[in-house]
Amino acid sequence: MNEEILIIQRLKKYYPIRRGFFAQEPVLVKAVDGVDLTIRRGETLGLVGESGCGKSTLGRLILRLEDPDEGTITFEGENILSFDDDQLRKFRRNIQIIFQDPYSSLNPRKKVDFIIGEPLAIHGLARGKELEERVVELMKVVGLRAEQRFLYPHQFSGGQRQRIGIARALALQPKLVIADEPVSSLDVSIQAQIVNLLLDLQSEFGLTYLFISHDLNLIEYVSDWVAVMYLGKTVEWANQEVIYDHPIHPYSEALFSAVPTTDPLTKRKRILLEGDVPSPINPPSGCRFHTRCPLRIDFCEKEEPLLNKRPNGSLVACHVR
Amino acid sequence: MAAPLLEIQGLKTFFFTRKGVVKAVDGVDLSLNEGETLGLVGESGCGKTVTALSIMRLISEPIGRITEGSINFEGKDLVAATESEMRKIRGNRISMIFQEPMTSLNPVLKVGDQISEAIQLHQDVSKKEAWDRSIEMLRLVGIPSPESRVNEYPHQMSGGMRQRVMIGMALSCHPKLMIADEPTTALDVTIQAQILDLINRLKERVGSAILLITHNLGVVAEVAQYVGVMYAGYIVEYADVITLFKEPRHPYTVGLFQSIPKKKGSAKRERLQAIPGLVPDLLELPKGCKFQDRCSRVFQRCREEAPLLLKLNGSHQVRCWLYE
Amino acid sequence: MEKVEALVELKKNKTAMAGLILICFLLILALIGPWISPHPPLVPDPINRLKGPSWSHPFGTDSLGRDILSRVIYGSRISIIIGLIAVSISLVPGTILGLLSGFYGRKVDEPIMRGMDIMLAFPAILLAIFITAILGPSLLNTMIAVGIVYIPHYARIVRSSVLSLKEQLFVQAVRSLGGSNLRIIFLHIFPNTIPPIIVYATLGMGTAVLQAAALGFLGLGAQPPTPEWGAMLSEGRQYIQNAPHVAAFPGIAIFMLVLGFNLFGDGLRDILDPSLR
Repeated sequence: MNEEILIIQRLKKYYPIRRGFFAQEPVLVKAVDGVDLTIRRGETLGLVGESGCGKSTLGRLILRLEDPDEGTITFEGENILSFDDDQLRKFRRNIQIIFQDPYSSLNPRKKVDFIIGEPLAIHGLARGKELEERVVELMKVVGLRAEQRFLYPHQFSGGQRQRIGIARALALQPKLVIADEPVSSLDVSIQAQIVNLLLDLQSEFGLTYLFISHDLNLIEYVSDWVAVMYLGKTVEWANQEVIYDHPIHPYSEALFSAVPTTDPLTKRKRILLEGDVPSPINPPSGCRFHTRCPLRIDFCEKEEPLLNKRPNGSLVACHVR
Repeated sequence: MAAPLLEIQGLKTFFFTRKGVVKAVDGVDLSLNEGETLGLVGESGCGKTVTALSIMRLISEPIGRITEGSINFEGKDLVAATESEMRKIRGNRISMIFQEPMTSLNPVLKVGDQISEAIQLHQDVSKKEAWDRSIEMLRLVGIPSPESRVNEYPHQMSGGMRQRVMIGMALSCHPKLMIADEPTTALDVTIQAQILDLINRLKERVGSAILLITHNLGVVAEVAQYVGVMYAGYIVEYADVITLFKEPRHPYTVGLFQSIPKKKGSAKRERLQAIPGLVPDLLELPKGCKFQDRCSRVFQRCREEAPLLLKLNGSHQVRCWLYE
Repeated sequence: MEKVEALVELKKNKTAMAGLILICFLLILALIGPWISPHPPLVPDPINRLKGPSWSHPFGTDSLGRDILSRVIYGSRISIIIGLIAVSISLVPGTILGLLSGFYGRKVDEPIMRGMDIMLAFPAILLAIFITAILGPSLLNTMIAVGIVYIPHYARIVRSSVLSLKEQLFVQAVRSLGGSNLRIIFLHIFPNTIPPIIVYATLGMGTAVLQAAALGFLGLGAQPPTPEWGAMLSEGRQYIQNAPHVAAFPGIAIFMLVLGFNLFGDGLRDILDPSLR
């Protein structure tokens, strides 16, 4: 088994919001509220969950774009939360992100060679002729033509823009790449092109991916491990094959059963959850999922379940199962 | 068999922009019987939404115009209908729900008022009756305690709830046809499952025909009886849902299915079969078949002659010279 | 690419073209003024006082017998320079304040914007009068006064576009690459605020010319015998009954220049603002 490259423990991030003019105490949005994860070198961890579950915030915390309120993030054995500005700058080279929206993630007023070359310029790794050569090389790697470097982002299609974003992320030769819904704004036929590219790059450069997506078919396809989040917490974390065949947490089970099949004959037995995801402002007591859980017992409301290991190797936070 | 509820023939809707003529819909034929559900699938820019807006006659003129073809609905050609005739049909005989439940409801009006307004526009009922009907509609679409939620404003509801309200509003005048444009795209998976389940249950209870527009083949498989696959402005394949999913014929449809990640088989991480290239620019369409540049089975004729919609067995039709 | 597209759009936009033609006409007039004006603008001619338009004096003469056409032509130089300098005086600090205020938020934003609010609370002309009163009446001080008065407008416009730009993913992207704040502000955010600034500066040229003319009219701007349009208008006011041409021609000139900038600015807005397309 590969060594662990990133370990996240009990990570929490609350955002205060002011409600009304005279509110005394700010209300807290518990965006990330106790996440545990481990990613191993060269592997892909798929992170799934519905909107508002905190998966994008988690990405921002790992990149240290924001500071968590509690918990630890360890990257290659070092606690990244203790880094000073200088260490942080060096650290940034190790983790890069590919964004969901290839439109707003590229500066509309910069040409492609500037965009792809910028990380190298920021870190002073190349300049002049050498920088240009590196940009051309990166463009080739992601399937763009060298002469396209003098164009502006709006002259590209969505899929090509995403390739530009990927080239920028790869420029610093990162060890871990966070792919935050990298294909969900693209058309189906283009999605496959980009997914293939990401997988090719992984085997070529030995990349480690944290792959965030709401597309469960895609997560199943790309991941070695899968973590399921619900309202800021990891509720289940397991090997991809294990979790897709036998999800243990009732939320995982419902989530996987909700994916529309591409086979009209086999109508899957679907578990329909009641109601909506509760607000992260005042999340339910005890187990977050108890308000929608078909298996809930009284105890779920009182005590918060912790992640613990099951016979098949999965980590699950549930009292009932 | 009775005449179909909706029959579109040779529909062409063009947009006359400064850069040239955008042939958004370029010869669409389709028909839909009462109570049936037709899924219209395709990628962005393939003309599926413009087809729906053409049926509603909501193309923004003078930039956009229906230049050719007919849309027969209940024996009446909607292309020739006047604006006041259309106003009687919209929301009444044909209703539409949109992708964005966040922006398609007016934020300053109670949901009850919005549904009541839709009812009173088309039916001669009192305010009280319309209000009671609104509560009825909310109950129909599975909103808990509708008597109190009818008084809420859209921002007090979640995305899924708002989409239910939209569906309730669309059904409030018992339309013959409901057009749903990407109704679940903006929703989470578990909420999408709830809405698809609701649409399936309502189909049986209300009996409206549904034209479901989506890019998601999974959604089509769940809800539709017939499927039309659109590419660059026209329908390239049409069949009942089981035939289409079991025996897709058009190289584009085949490519679409192959590009969806499926359960990992024996070999781990078999590459996805991506369709190479890009959707053609609607301003500069190639001569002949519009899919030729991305097609793996292209031959001489495809480059010279635009393919016709060819009949295979049963209702299955495909626009490809391979099957002549 | 963008520049070429913008030029094509510009040619198609009738409003912008009309404004541009007006501005170019006055600009050429200002440039070749010394060669085409029939008389020296400052030399009095006591015999031909307050003469109406004639062949030798197409716009007539003023109370000292100076040729009004020549004075209007020379005045175009002054007004255009006033516009350019006044706008630069408001634009540069306004843009910087707006960038800082929008980007850093809260602790930087609050004091800057409250200061701007206070400036905006005074009627513009009153504030300009106040500033010229302190600095003393002169053409340069007019430009400074008009410039200062409009700083808050630029600060606000830049700030509001920075607020939406800094939420854009490309800013987050640079941050995650390790880019510094200064890099983000000046290399990434600033270029994206240029289109609204250009539009507002063009419209602002017209306003500045008008404000400077108003100060000139009140006797706080250019001092005699400088042929400044506002001052000429003010002087002509006394003879409005029997020699209306003295006030009319500088008035028409002001009107044309301001209209030119306004039309061009409105046209530019349509071209540069994709949301209005």
